[in-house]
Amino acid sequence: MYVAVKGGEAAIANAHSLLADRRRGDRSVPALRLDQIVEQLALGVDRVMSEGSLYDRELAALAIVQARGDMIEAIFLVRAYRTTLPRFGYTKPIDTAAMLVERRVSATYKDLPGGQLLGPTFDYTHRLLDPELAAGADVAEPLQRETEAQAMPRVSAILAREGLIEPDGDMPQDHVPGDITREPLEFPMARDIRLQALSRGDEGFLLALGYSTQRGYARNHPFVGEIRIGEVELELDVPELPFAVPLGTVRITECQMVNQFKGSAKAPPQFTRGYGLVFGQSERKAMAMALCDRALRASELGEDVVAAAQDEEFVISHSDNVQATGFVEHLKLPHYVDFQAELDLVRRMRAEYDARENPAKAEEKREAAE
Amino acid sequence: MRGQEARDQAERKAVMATLAQSSGDDIVRLWNEAGLPSDAELLRGPETGLVTVRGRIGGGGAPFNVGEATVTRATVRLPSGQVGHCYALGRDKQKAKLAAIADALWQDPACRAEVETGLIAPLRSALTTTHERRRAETAATKVDFFTMVRGED
Repeated sequence: MYVAVKGGEAAIANAHSLLADRRRGDRSVPALRLDQIVEQLALGVDRVMSEGSLYDRELAALAIVQARGDMIEAIFLVRAYRTTLPRFGYTKPIDTAAMLVERRVSATYKDLPGGQLLGPTFDYTHRLLDPELAAGADVAEPLQRETEAQAMPRVSAILAREGLIEPDGDMPQDHVPGDITREPLEFPMARDIRLQALSRGDEGFLLALGYSTQRGYARNHPFVGEIRIGEVELELDVPELPFAVPLGTVRITECQMVNQFKGSAKAPPQFTRGYGLVFGQSERKAMAMALCDRALRASELGEDVVAAAQDEEFVISHSDNVQATGFVEHLKLPHYVDFQAELDLVRRMRAEYDARENPAKAEEKREAAE
Repeated sequence: MRGQEARDQAERKAVMATLAQSSGDDIVRLWNEAGLPSDAELLRGPETGLVTVRGRIGGGGAPFNVGEATVTRATVRLPSGQVGHCYALGRDKQKAKLAAIADALWQDPACRAEVETGLIAPLRSALTTTHERRRAETAATKVDFFTMVRGED
């Protein structure tokens, strides 16, 4: 017989008000404002936008506060909010060559048009904790250097002139870009859909997989052809206007990974490529995404699929941290009835086992029980 | 398309781009300073929704979907009958409404100069200043390579 059990309403309500209290913390400490988070925890905000798959700084900041700084919880909140809004359409594809560049480096060419611009990077810092920052010291204005606006072609375009690198990834003429927010995942999937999934994928998961390719699980000899960070303009075609309407700018990070390739039955020796494109300033994520994109092209390029990072179904099915946390965390919710059934089953199996292995003892036990 | 019409469209698009990139606070402040009329009938919105941002594989290849962004849009009609639109990233409804009114006023030859001098020109100049400053700050982090000579001749 199964009896439904209810309860915990008051406990849940009180737990939520306790959560609100602990979230606020010591009342003598000023409450955080969203603009402080947007300005001073900007890369955390960027991560929530990228994996929450929603570009809106204030909402990401609100999610971070509401989640008490738990990034995956914040990403979850943003994903849930997205589903409440109507969709106006798909923008025109952004042009990363027209970016207002804030950082641009290449590990393959020293002297490239536009130059190497370090921008606001952690690279070359000594990773020493800064007591002055803790004391709230004033920060000097950054230096400026007069400069002519200079074109900054993508490095891939420079390599392409020699014909030693594959072109930008193309799809068949009539291909409509897939959308994982509209259609369920199906394997094998086209590269455009994979890239959408990777762009919102968990940074830690993609980082670990990218690292695994460097350590020899699907080695593909990567170089950073280029990383660029900056603002690009968005445009949307709408029926009421005779031109694409400009929406404003978003900050994005693009990584062009260049990979050595000795050739296969399907392709000649050349440099192949992996591509990363994510919201905000997130170059670790963009690099990891590019490494995974390249590894996942194994079948397309005629390579043996031998490692986890090359296994499309494995990578894409497990890259979404909202799905992952949902399934892992549901284990803590009440499973009383499931477990009761399991308990009963194990008891019966154990009784049968004892009867078989040790009949005398089993008989004794049975009698004691009676 | 006739040349004049194409030029008008390009100018109108540039005005919409300036409004979309500017902050709601700046638009409200300049609007009040310039004393621009804000009488308008709302035909749609202001309402917030999403657009899906597209990129291109490898930077220049086939399009793919990157993620979504919030956008707020509004459509207004002035007492003169002129209709104006706004689409702008973010969730600022006041900004979307004023930008739609600005778009409508700008299309009216009688009001264009007033909108240009009171609102668009100052916004554009503020955006240019910001962009130039950011470009110069980035330029200061440009790597100047030099060659080290080792040993004697």
